[in-house]
Amino acid sequence: MNMILVIAVREFKTLFLSPLAWTILAILQFILAFLFLKQVETFIMIQPQLATMDNAPSLTDITVTPLFGIAAIILLLVTPLLTMRLICEERRNKTLSLLLSAPLSNTDIIIGKYLGSLGLLALIVLLITLMPLSLLIGGTLDFGKLFANLLALLLLAGAFSSLGLFMSCVAGHPTVAAMGAFGALFLLWILDWSAGLTDKPSELFKYLSTLRHFQNIQSGLINTADIAYFMLFISLFILLSIRRLDKEHLQK
Amino acid sequence: MTVLISAKQLTRYYGKHCAVNNVSFSLARGQILGFLGENGAGKTTTLQMLCGNLAPSSGEILINGFDMLTQPKLAKRSLGYVPDTPPLYKELSVDEFLRYCAQLHGVPKADITAAVQLAKQRCGLSEVANRLIGVLSKGFQQRIGIAQAIVHNPDVIVLDEPTVGLDPLQIIEIRSLIRELGQEHGVIFSTHILSEVQEVCTDVMIIQQGACVLNARIDELPAEKSLETIFIDLMQAQ
Repeated sequence: MNMILVIAVREFKTLFLSPLAWTILAILQFILAFLFLKQVETFIMIQPQLATMDNAPSLTDITVTPLFGIAAIILLLVTPLLTMRLICEERRNKTLSLLLSAPLSNTDIIIGKYLGSLGLLALIVLLITLMPLSLLIGGTLDFGKLFANLLALLLLAGAFSSLGLFMSCVAGHPTVAAMGAFGALFLLWILDWSAGLTDKPSELFKYLSTLRHFQNIQSGLINTADIAYFMLFISLFILLSIRRLDKEHLQK
Repeated sequence: MTVLISAKQLTRYYGKHCAVNNVSFSLARGQILGFLGENGAGKTTTLQMLCGNLAPSSGEILINGFDMLTQPKLAKRSLGYVPDTPPLYKELSVDEFLRYCAQLHGVPKADITAAVQLAKQRCGLSEVANRLIGVLSKGFQQRIGIAQAIVHNPDVIVLDEPTVGLDPLQIIEIRSLIRELGQEHGVIFSTHILSEVQEVCTDVMIIQQGACVLNARIDELPAEKSLETIFIDLMQAQ
């Protein structure tokens, strides 16, 4: 446990030693702040109409849900970039042998790396959450819904980085890892679209789609099935990564 | 003398190619074993197997009495390894890197500062402690590689060609460091340079096409023949 933490902290700090983490944080904040302001403006514009409606969407519905929805899509693009170097670059720079000859298990290495990259993603998600919280100055928020959105985005980030980590274990070059992770994530994301094309949508595809589970939680319906989906997703790819690293010393 | 490494009938295949064939040896505290061989003879493969980076196809490795295959965590505790390319995080400073290595090897928190200090002092890194590893010269990087392997004061130190690419003065420094380490630890290192073995080692092992062709104490070798002639004779006999 201690070792996992040592690796996780190192990984987290290392991410901030490269310009990548800072660039991603800056660009993400900029784009999302722009979108957030747009949503707030929309709310102000349609506020008179909302006042006359029964069951009108609240401030939270109009600002928070679209903000987190867009954030999810941006994370889909960004996570592969953050996770691509986790194992892959260590292997290329021959620094992996430092970890392999230290008294660590492969589980320590993988989980440590995973938590390190997840730390940065959690930071991103928290920074995004600060935006709607600023609305408290002049309005009220539905905290239940905000929490549901936060949870949905955190689970999604966890799932994205577990797949990214696995790709980084498999690929020989970081760009290949990033491309592979992006492809797989995007496919899982749009799997739900194909479900709507035929008369009889495939239940399997519907279940596999990350988008569907994300939106279920986002809507405020926190369901065990959706949480279980993300937990299974994360465990599966962490387990596969450990297996892949075990194979490392059988190679060639 | 306590036996630190005991390798029995190590064999390693890469596909159908046999890189190491039935090599056995042992190393005790106070011994410095020089590992000689041509390019591609299987030196690096053997050392990688010793350090748990590579699984042997068959055979047994005991480090300080612990089996590398069944108790890797305990076995690796007594091990410091300098691979042929030193594993360095170029974006860290020397201090940060050595602290991280000490943590990884389970040095207790209270002892880390002292351990890092000692390793820096032994490898002559004190004046570059705050510099980034990436900007330092090859000689310094090589020394950081060695510092990384001794920071947790392991019983066994394994070095893979530690003097490659260094200038003559640095080579002399590294050799004296190895000699010093050999007094309290067991050291095994691979090299191409025959004189280095004669000068530094207590034992020599020559490996050819994956098989061990000589394993002897330096002082037991015939005095009238230099190590060079012995090596050439062995290579030609094959």
